[in-house]
Amino acid sequence: MYKITLKRQLTKDIKLMGILAPHVVRNAKAGNFVIVIPGETGERVPLTIYDWDKESGVVYIIFQEVGVSTVKLGMMNEGDFVYSIAGPLGRHFHIEKYGNVVVVGGGVGVPAIFPIARALRDAGNSVTSITGFRTSELSILEKEMKSVSDAVIVATNDGSSGTKGLVTDALKALYDKGGKIDLVVAVGPVVMMKAVSELTKQLGIKTIVSLNALMLDGTGMCGGCRVTIGDKVKFSCVDGPDFDGHLVDFNELTSRLSAFKAEEKISLDHCKIHLAGR
Amino acid sequence: MAKKERLKVRQQAAAERTKNFDEVPFGYDDSEAADEASRCLQCKNPTCIEGCPVNINIKEFIRQLSAGDKAGAIKTIKQSNSLPAVCGRVCPQETQCEAKCVLLKTGQPINIGALERYAADWEAANLKTEAPKIKPVTGADGKQIKVAIAGSGPAGLTVAGELAKLGYKAVIFEALHLAGGVLVYGIPEFRLPKAIVKREVEYLKLLGVEIETNVLVGKSYTIDDLFADGFSAVFIGVGAGTPSFMNIPGENYKGVYSSNEFLTRMNLLKAYKFPEYDTPVKLGKKVAVVGAGNVAMDAARVSKRFKGVEEVHIIYRRSDKEMPARREEIEHAKEEGIIMDLLTNPVQVLADENGFVSAIKCVKMTLCEPDASGRCSVKAIAGSEFTIEVDNVIPALGTKANELLTTNVKGLKLNRRGYIEADPETGETSIPGIFAGGDISTGAATVIAAMGAGKKSAAAIDRYLKKNISA
Repeated sequence: MYKITLKRQLTKDIKLMGILAPHVVRNAKAGNFVIVIPGETGERVPLTIYDWDKESGVVYIIFQEVGVSTVKLGMMNEGDFVYSIAGPLGRHFHIEKYGNVVVVGGGVGVPAIFPIARALRDAGNSVTSITGFRTSELSILEKEMKSVSDAVIVATNDGSSGTKGLVTDALKALYDKGGKIDLVVAVGPVVMMKAVSELTKQLGIKTIVSLNALMLDGTGMCGGCRVTIGDKVKFSCVDGPDFDGHLVDFNELTSRLSAFKAEEKISLDHCKIHLAGR
Repeated sequence: MAKKERLKVRQQAAAERTKNFDEVPFGYDDSEAADEASRCLQCKNPTCIEGCPVNINIKEFIRQLSAGDKAGAIKTIKQSNSLPAVCGRVCPQETQCEAKCVLLKTGQPINIGALERYAADWEAANLKTEAPKIKPVTGADGKQIKVAIAGSGPAGLTVAGELAKLGYKAVIFEALHLAGGVLVYGIPEFRLPKAIVKREVEYLKLLGVEIETNVLVGKSYTIDDLFADGFSAVFIGVGAGTPSFMNIPGENYKGVYSSNEFLTRMNLLKAYKFPEYDTPVKLGKKVAVVGAGNVAMDAARVSKRFKGVEEVHIIYRRSDKEMPARREEIEHAKEEGIIMDLLTNPVQVLADENGFVSAIKCVKMTLCEPDASGRCSVKAIAGSEFTIEVDNVIPALGTKANELLTTNVKGLKLNRRGYIEADPETGETSIPGIFAGGDISTGAATVIAAMGAGKKSAAAIDRYLKKNISA
């Protein structure tokens, strides 16, 4: 059992949580993820590590309440205990001096790019961050991204904050201004990562994406998170989660992510009925 | 004496048990156990003991059972085996102790497995388990010497139990959220109730073993971290782990699960109790399991028990007699109505317009001359393609070395298949102080083989610590 030391509501359904887990923090690096089980009957949920504190042993995650597990996690409070947290999982982001790097985050992909941007900047890269949201009310981590970036561009679909349009529009505009871009890192919904990768392929810019495949153990044991990269099948838990965006079969990933759509609804309804009965 | 027949273990009828996940055999009652034990000839040269990978004094515990000394019997077993309730259930006795029983030539060897199970279950029901008094082994600093164990499967549990009994502090690090490894994620409830695994794990804790779940050695803590933290030796027993797939088109369609994924969903995460448990599994009316080992039988029999499943196929490229599973498991599967599609090999998985599996395309095979290993090779019959309509495909084709830990240890010698090179008699690896055993060094094998390796490693670790560390 692992104590929740901090809980903050960032938007209506996005929450920040700190969990005491020294075993996760000890060797955590940017790009790693954890697997959390909210309660004893729960699922194993992979969540990217947003931040960590070596001294206190607290790991921070940010999640959106979309399914039964994140809803259950979101109902827990400071002082409560999550049943299980394992990590750090996955290969960490490969940090080196690339030059000018653009990190692109969409929605709850933004917390995933935060530690990557920080590590890239610490390694001497010039970092421009582009964060995208549907509307200003859903915008998160602007201040934090500013603290780890040389420049931050916020894009909203409706123009209610920052520039109007998608992250790809902002990326294209940045490219058209003529600045040299050596690497793009994109984390967010599959459609966003796919769109960014298609754009950067045309522009000839190397692009790394972080995949959010369904998984159970996170240690390479189940193979549920298999993704097709070029002509090879890889496990996103141990071979990833970072892959070359120009080689990822995003259509297959989208399809596989929908494998349990019907069950996810049954599960959430079951949870809500249970809660209503309490 | 010895004229009597081997006493069959009563079990749930096939029609009944495919509707539940309860254990299939009931086990012997008191009088059955006494009767079966009394058939033992008490050989002067008990060859059965040689057949046991952990050398349980089988002759003695059976003598005790036939004399009514149940407490003595379990004590005898536990001197050599920390997990008797598990082994009594899942060991392939027919190729081990029972294969060496002199009564085999009459076709009626003693049912050693059922007697071991009986003794262990009797203890659980009747005795309060007490921790033996153990004198701690200390180092130069006066503190108890600590050994780290990566993985809480049969190898790791055995090493921990043996070392604890010798007075060392054994700390097990387990990547999953429950201890037991393959005993909890792999072997289904109806073959090995999880309450039994829990009981055996609790016994180890009573011996002073500590278990830290959710910790991945190599990721959470590196091996260097463990030595820095004061561990004097490390045992690696993380299992083989990574599933093999068929490498045919369509394998990534929705509804294809590796046997590892399928069994983990069902056994570890209790998907058969969805939505009471949150982890789902999606099975249609027809399921095809590919392969014919014990894991394939488990996957097929679990599928058969799942609500809504009507038809389960085992697809295997060779014939009945080459099936690698235990005969008992194959018979259980047949009794439960599993359809055996033999001399059949999948060539493609087909899907509907939404990407869900709709059928599996196969080809008929024919057996050729036996090869050097004595096994018949097989080849496809040209033009024999046909499809079986199924909603799920579960490849159960064995495992490969999981590299999560092994590739994170500098200087650790691996063989060309990626398994750790460890001395089979001692578990010693290329790095002093690091030992390994079980599937991560041998490739996929049995629970008892891993336990045998664990036992030898524990003895070698003891020798290593006495020579290098202890005061």
